[in-house]
Amino acid sequence: MKELTYTAAAREALTEEMARDATIFVMGEGIGKRGGNFNTTAGLFDLYGGVRLCDTPITERGFIGLAVGAAMTGTRPVIDFMFVDFILDGMGEIMNQMAKMQYMSSGRLTMPVVLRGCIGIGGASATHHSGNYYAMFANVPGLRVVVPTTPADAKGLFKTALRGYDPVLFLEHKSLLNTKGPVPEEDVAIPFGVARIAREGHSVTVVALTVMVNRVLQVADTLEKEGISVEVIDPRTVSPLDTDTICASIKKTGRALVVDEAFAPCGIGAEIAARVMETAFDELDAPVRRLNGAFVPTPYSPPLESVIVPSNDAIATAIRDLVRE
Amino acid sequence: MEAELDLVLRLYRTMAAIRLTEERLAQSHQAGLVHGACHTYVGEEAVATGVCAHLTMRDSVFSTHRGHGHALAKGVPMAEVMAELYGRELGCSQGRGGSMHLFKPEVGLMGTSGIVGPCILQATGAGYSSKLMKTGAVGVAFFGDGASNNGAFHEGLNLAAIYKLPVLFVCENNMYATEVPMSYAAGNTDVYMRAAGYNIPGIKVDGNNVLAVYEAAGTAIKRARAGEGPTLLECKTYRTRVHAEGMKESGYRPMEEIAAWKARDPLKLLREQAMRDEICGDPEFDEVHSSVAGQVAAAHKQAVESPYPEGRDALSHVYYEVQA
Ligand SMILES: Cc1ncc(C[n+]2csc(CCOP(=O)(O)OP(=O)(O)O)c2C)c(N)n1
Repeated sequence: MKELTYTAAAREALTEEMARDATIFVMGEGIGKRGGNFNTTAGLFDLYGGVRLCDTPITERGFIGLAVGAAMTGTRPVIDFMFVDFILDGMGEIMNQMAKMQYMSSGRLTMPVVLRGCIGIGGASATHHSGNYYAMFANVPGLRVVVPTTPADAKGLFKTALRGYDPVLFLEHKSLLNTKGPVPEEDVAIPFGVARIAREGHSVTVVALTVMVNRVLQVADTLEKEGISVEVIDPRTVSPLDTDTICASIKKTGRALVVDEAFAPCGIGAEIAARVMETAFDELDAPVRRLNGAFVPTPYSPPLESVIVPSNDAIATAIRDLVRE
Repeated sequence: MEAELDLVLRLYRTMAAIRLTEERLAQSHQAGLVHGACHTYVGEEAVATGVCAHLTMRDSVFSTHRGHGHALAKGVPMAEVMAELYGRELGCSQGRGGSMHLFKPEVGLMGTSGIVGPCILQATGAGYSSKLMKTGAVGVAFFGDGASNNGAFHEGLNLAAIYKLPVLFVCENNMYATEVPMSYAAGNTDVYMRAAGYNIPGIKVDGNNVLAVYEAAGTAIKRARAGEGPTLLECKTYRTRVHAEGMKESGYRPMEEIAAWKARDPLKLLREQAMRDEICGDPEFDEVHSSVAGQVAAAHKQAVESPYPEGRDALSHVYYEVQA
């Protein structure tokens, strides 16, 4: 094991896979010599040159559409958006073309595209640089949606994305980019659709997404002292979504809370609650609860920004309430 | 002569207001008073100034991530711009937006945007409103060379051309989009030439010469108000500070180039021209300059003294609310 930041771990996956597979190329604004606004491609230009690390004009729709055509003709584009908010200009290309291409071609065409960039609220980024779009993308058949929390998962899941044949949204919460963690030395590709049990416990199951996993882990340490043993589950990918691991945990605890910075309506928590009802209703001692970010665009000013995100206190209260129910 | 003097000092005052506000904001950014991003307009003041000098409050301006100058030139009070970046209640967006989301529809500032491109389409929409309601108002989009390579540019200009809308498209060609040179990003770096593709006038102007911008914009706006359709105005200019405060000059552009453009400072160019034309001299400009400096200091004080908004304000205005 070695210690890497989240960004360095993902970059290592990209570097290794680009060495292994000459059809991979990266496109985006400032990802060439500059190495990416978030250092996602630092050093790669020197290794692989300007055709494989291609700087683009500000034409998101253009290069998403280009990626679709490139993937249909034998290459593997990785589009680096810095902020995933910028992807929205190309939604028609993604939802009508990229996501449906394998289906439309009856599987004769493949669509190995990775769309990556930062998501999430924090740092007074305001509303055009802070969206969490995973629930929306998870609503589209044909797309894979990956939301890693740890450096090891960032690397292992990125490898899987780069070796697969489906379009993948690889979404990196901006507050995680500089967090450090152990990463295996060996070549590990983590399969999609397998949740990680981030902490074992027996009183209550908390499913948390991206940055909220770390928040819930902090809270779980505090609650342990009160005699509440929290099991924390990180789904890692929301499409596919591993509800087996969640239901197995509920079998043990009888209670589940979903903590997600993203919006509640039509969100991942709603999907989890529905699936738990369908398959593990009899295991529940209380209704599945959700704790989400507020259903608003992201405000800028720090006192406004902080109230729209689940705080440690709010998480602790939600867990205590659920255990008492 | 009197009229000329008034105009020159009025333009100088606006440019100085932008310059000194931006310098204050850059300092505030270093001091941690600005919570998010801060893209300054230093070096490009002549563009917003020369264009907005023709606009009334009924004309609409749509701007970009680099929008402080457009906001100030359109009449948003300095204290409200600063307070917005400081995240305060007094801010023109009540602290919801910060640098890239400045709104003051009361004076026709219809917003700056964190997304590159939409201002071009929205100004086209303002032109459509004007045509439908016969208000005589003009829609103005300010955007960078980088934005001119976005699909929104093509779609907006073509729509405005076919409907003959009263719109002014102002491309601030500062030669770089973040760190990407226009010569890399565009097949033809002369944006004004693209107007021919839409059969509308395309004008190139020295964007550091405020009188030249003023004159070119005046012709275009007159044309728009007369119902003759849109114009593309390309202002060749330069951002003399980094792309966003906190970044470094990383070597993507030559230091000599920066120095050469600093020597073409739009405030200095206006002084020189006024002196050559014997309109006025340094004492008049210095007087304006120091009066603006006083206003900037007072505005900064007012902005930092403004309280932060209440957390619950974050939840309002997601949908229409009946005004009390
Ligand atoms: C759709 C979109 N893509 C990318 C960005 C990131 N971005 C912010 S500013 C900028 C460069 C803009 O260049 P230009 O339009 O020339 O304006 P300038 O900064 O030079 O004033 C980029 C790429 C964005 N804000 N929106």
